[in-house]
Amino acid sequence: MKRRTMIKTLAAATLAGVLMAGGAYAQEVIKLGASAPKSGPLAGGAEVSHWPAIKLWLHDVNARGGIDVGGKKMPVEVIEYDDRTSGEEAIKNIQRLATVDKVDFLVAPYATGLNLATAPLIAKYGYPQLAATAVTDGVDEFAKRWPNSFWLLGTSASFAESVADVLVKLRDKGAIGDKVAVVNVADAFGIELMNAGKPAMEAAGFEIVYETSYPLGQQDFAPIISAAQAAEPDAFVAFSYPGDTFGLSAQAKIANLDVGAFYVGVATAFPAYLGANGAAAEGVLGAGAVNPDAPGMAEWRARHKDVTGVDADYWASAMTYSSLQILEQAISKVGSLDKAAVTEAIKGGTFDTVLGEMTLDGNVNRKFWTVGQWQGGKFYGVASTGIGGEAEPVAKNGWE
Amino acid sequence: MSVIISGLLLGGTYALIAVGLTMQYGVSRIMNLANGENLVFACFVAFWLFTTFAINPILGIVLIVPLAFVLNWLIYTYAMRPLVDRAKNRGQLEVDSILATFGLLFILQGIMKLTFGGGYFNYNFLAVPVTIMDSNYGLNRIVAFIAAAVIAGALYLFLNHTRYGTAIRAVAVDPVSAGLVAIDVPRASAFAFALGGALTAASGALLSTFYTFNADMGIIFTMKALIIVIMGGVGDVRGAVLAALLLGLAETAVATFIDPGLTIAATYALFMLVLLFRPQGIFGKRPS
Repeated sequence: MKRRTMIKTLAAATLAGVLMAGGAYAQEVIKLGASAPKSGPLAGGAEVSHWPAIKLWLHDVNARGGIDVGGKKMPVEVIEYDDRTSGEEAIKNIQRLATVDKVDFLVAPYATGLNLATAPLIAKYGYPQLAATAVTDGVDEFAKRWPNSFWLLGTSASFAESVADVLVKLRDKGAIGDKVAVVNVADAFGIELMNAGKPAMEAAGFEIVYETSYPLGQQDFAPIISAAQAAEPDAFVAFSYPGDTFGLSAQAKIANLDVGAFYVGVATAFPAYLGANGAAAEGVLGAGAVNPDAPGMAEWRARHKDVTGVDADYWASAMTYSSLQILEQAISKVGSLDKAAVTEAIKGGTFDTVLGEMTLDGNVNRKFWTVGQWQGGKFYGVASTGIGGEAEPVAKNGWE
Repeated sequence: MSVIISGLLLGGTYALIAVGLTMQYGVSRIMNLANGENLVFACFVAFWLFTTFAINPILGIVLIVPLAFVLNWLIYTYAMRPLVDRAKNRGQLEVDSILATFGLLFILQGIMKLTFGGGYFNYNFLAVPVTIMDSNYGLNRIVAFIAAAVIAGALYLFLNHTRYGTAIRAVAVDPVSAGLVAIDVPRASAFAFALGGALTAASGALLSTFYTFNADMGIIFTMKALIIVIMGGVGDVRGAVLAALLLGLAETAVATFIDPGLTIAATYALFMLVLLFRPQGIFGKRPS
């Protein structure tokens, strides 16, 4: 009897030892879950701004030996899932990451819609959600509703109002007159920007001579550009998505649309835009930006190309990377993997990111780039909400 | 005038998208849902040839077309033939082929994603303006329109003025009777399927010169092609071309005079009108 008890105790002790060793081993690695599009309509954008930035950060952090958690370096491992650009799929992924993979932290999903779709569930599991690729006017409301969510990329209203500001600057310089043609894609981002941008332009004394919207997935832009051309505008503004940004620009070049300012929305900041348009990209204005001449930025971009094999965009790539830097610094500050404590640390902290110093006032980043312009093969920020270091906008001078 | 020219150019593009499917569905009776993927695949190949080897996409067609022909022949022989042999009637073959090509769609999409990723691709080729009657048009679109005209014309001549073309039309009308007059129906079907695939690939190579594409876009082309094929009358090249031109004109007119948001509505309105008043298609014959 005694012997049997002893064996049992021994077995239990061994088992406990194995479990503890296993437990201790699991604690060596920080597991990070990532759900974002690898297919579906938004995959094109995510392949530029989202996935490579994660890859680069992972490379950088593990090259340093991992995240410093209470004096111990813990390497990071990322579990990636494709949400197929579908909200339901994204929710399933988050559920799986939280309950099956039991990840320690999450990379926020890609783009506004998917971040909003998953926010309630992420809040339920208590992960900090650093939304680096969402642009929406609801930032304060959402930050209040989900106190674990953080909104870094800005609001549609500021993006649209900045377009009006840049046009005013160009008008003051005599580059353009008062006549503006405005078009938008009939989808969330395009509609929000149109709703904020049109009144802002009218308030600034611009006359809207042509205005229309077109459906998502439109491929033929000849009618839009020729109708805009017939209205003889001084500036052309399109609140567009990636596919239409490329389509409108190509058509404007072919039609030789003679304007002093040409603005297209998402994807103007992509390296592929320069690739597709070459010299014609010079002077094109677009949504979002960075300051490519800011300290460290050129070096970061070179490393991005080196490690991931692709060029970073001039907008959200750096923000996605920064969101992970914030997460890392918050974990190190807290010294543990406690989700609630890390969330609190993000709220109060000031962080050193590739985009410079960042604080989250009421869970929202209040200083962000809104309009950029291709100048000499780089995309320079020409308007922001108070970052400083903006380049002067220049007139669009033909398409050659 | 510029509306008419733009509309015709767009219609030419649509004709390119649809003639391949019209062969595959009309003759081989395979409702190929992977038609759009086939097209996007050719876009990628043309892109790859152009960016890696600097092979001009028009010359690239010379490489892409035989390759697509062989590939589609193999697909038909190994994936579709068993369905054809098994099917008791045309309805069953349609259902089976829709399911099978639905799977094929995902396979092709997966291969493209694995190789190229999910990003957007485009390149610059002949993106120079050509002035016709005071308006500018892209030279690449004009080239695509001319190519569409040449391809459709050659196909029409082949089908109506050669012996083998006549055999293929016979198979399209009635596979059973065609077999009775010593036409090798399985071979003719495989040939038509492969030819359809090759035509679709040719149009993909042409479209890639002015479209921004990614691995997920196939379905858009499949939908357009389906509408055009049904409007034009199944298996009728003239009908498909006419339907495509009509669609191009209607879309451009609506986008210019009413609202670009209504182009899709215009497409479906035309489609419904045809279905209501000529369900057999513009040139289709009433089933006797």
